[in-house]
Amino acid sequence: MSPWPAQLWRSRRIPLAWLLLSRQPARLAIALAGISFAGILMFMQLGFRDGLFDASVTIHRLFNADLVLMSPRSMSSISMAGFPERRLIQSLADPEVEDVTPVHWNFVLWRNPETRTTRSILALGFEPSDPLFIDSILANQAAELNQQGRVLFDERSRAEFGPVGQWFRQGRLVESEVAGQRLRVAGLVQLGPSFGADGNMITSRETFRSLLPTSPHGSIELGLIRLSPGADPLQVAARLKKQLPQDVSIFTKQQFIEFEKNYWRSSTAIGFIFTLGAAMGFVVGCVIVYQILYSDVSDHLPEYATLMAMGYKLTDLLGVVAREGLLLALIGYLPAYGAGEALYALIRNSTKLPVGMELQRALVVFSMILVMCMGSALLAMRKLADADPAEIF
Amino acid sequence: MDRSRPSTIIRARQLCHSYGQGELRRQVLQSIDLTIAAGEVVLLTGPSGCGKTTLLTLIGALRTVQQGELEVLGQSLQGASRDQRRCVRQKIGMIFQGHNLLRCLTAEQNVQMGADLLPQRSYATRRGLAREWLRAVGLETELGKLPHDLSGGQKQRVAIARALAAEPRLLLADEPTAALDSRTGREVVDLLKSLARDQGCGVLMVTHDPRILDVADRLLEMEDGQLQETTVLPQAGR
Repeated sequence: MSPWPAQLWRSRRIPLAWLLLSRQPARLAIALAGISFAGILMFMQLGFRDGLFDASVTIHRLFNADLVLMSPRSMSSISMAGFPERRLIQSLADPEVEDVTPVHWNFVLWRNPETRTTRSILALGFEPSDPLFIDSILANQAAELNQQGRVLFDERSRAEFGPVGQWFRQGRLVESEVAGQRLRVAGLVQLGPSFGADGNMITSRETFRSLLPTSPHGSIELGLIRLSPGADPLQVAARLKKQLPQDVSIFTKQQFIEFEKNYWRSSTAIGFIFTLGAAMGFVVGCVIVYQILYSDVSDHLPEYATLMAMGYKLTDLLGVVAREGLLLALIGYLPAYGAGEALYALIRNSTKLPVGMELQRALVVFSMILVMCMGSALLAMRKLADADPAEIF
Repeated sequence: MDRSRPSTIIRARQLCHSYGQGELRRQVLQSIDLTIAAGEVVLLTGPSGCGKTTLLTLIGALRTVQQGELEVLGQSLQGASRDQRRCVRQKIGMIFQGHNLLRCLTAEQNVQMGADLLPQRSYATRRGLAREWLRAVGLETELGKLPHDLSGGQKQRVAIARALAAEPRLLLADEPTAALDSRTGREVVDLLKSLARDQGCGVLMVTHDPRILDVADRLLEMEDGQLQETTVLPQAGR
């Protein structure tokens, strides 16, 4: 016996679905244009949406941490609550916890050194000797913070905070009033603004506490935990959850990122607006594909009836329509994918949003197109019930 | 392979059929008795609206039998399920007045649509069959043409090849010459008869065309839903 693929190949029939599509090029072109249009619209809307959500976790991604401790009352980066620093120290008791970094996180008012207007900026406070970010974002500048009253300013902060980066590079002494204190810019970092924060600055814990003297002692907003190599973050997180009291919540770094994204997803209209846009593309695509397949079935109804009279099963004919839908989905997806890539490159260049062709989104759009085509095929199949072989004589 | 073939391929007894309900009920077939043996060529004539096509669609298992008995190719059709009727249809070749070829398929592919119904044969075998049948109807040079590019007579010959490619044991033809001029019609019918003969395939043909009556072994006439055997063949244009 030959293996089944060979068997299947041997027993194949005339590729009627493909011939129906390819021998009507005008109709095929309209169908493909419609599907591609729907696909491009979905790629664009979902890309914007994900790009905006990604922009909300610019800083979150940069933290050098395997696990993150946060207060259960913290809902997002714009409403961080404090928790006892002792919990972070306690986590060190776990054999797989290697070391920790306590981080202060709050918004303070920054006075633009040029125009003297104030604006809320995100301030992070940490022990300059501790690791904070991955890569070499801080370079060797952390040591500069050992001196009281020094900050590292995020160059990518919005322009409203003043021409700090420009002045600093020119070698000027840049000082600003932050929360009523005079601070000196000791260096520049590149982080990027997010939804919650228009700008960022990094300082030592000591300086941070002097900016917010009312914040309770021994309380931090963020605890970064690094594990020994090979440790499973999920397992350690589960262990810590059991050992630590309820006044702290534990996230893996990925969960921490998702937690923040989820806040923006559920508490803003962004997700809704762009998902609606993608849904519109889906609906438009459905209408076009349905129209094409329905008129195709209607036009060929006598031929389908003839096939039934010859002894073809109704399921054979339904299969033809289903295959037409499948082929349309496959062929229509390719130009949509290509256009999506091009569009993302355009968006990256003109908006600085971190938008790329992610596998997951590519699959989502493909499934949507597949559902669109197969659903339309399913609806168009109802017309096949009108094919009455008794009427063709 | 057909040693066990019954010598009778169609047997109808007291077959009745009517359309419509209640007041509008109209009887089109009245107590039809008919027997056709394997290999016979039977022509059915009669004025239009007398029920010829209805009889053809009943024998072709395209309609459900309402009343009476009908047995085609050993399968009784009264009360037969959809699937049973479909299985019978697979063994029947049908040739229509308007060829009914698939517009998007070439002549060769159209014929292969018939051969594709044969189980257990490889694609290459079925393709070979399609070519053979097109050669048999004299169209070996038109394999790759679409129906659009064929003449009326050629289309009807493709339809014959398609019907025969499924190796039927019965051919039903509904006015196969209606759309053709007399010479082409004659050729098509002669071809049909000789090919059916070679296959030992029975033929039931509905026709209005007096010029082709002489191909028949038997001639049946239908009037007002009743069937009459005409034993004497009327003179044909030969």
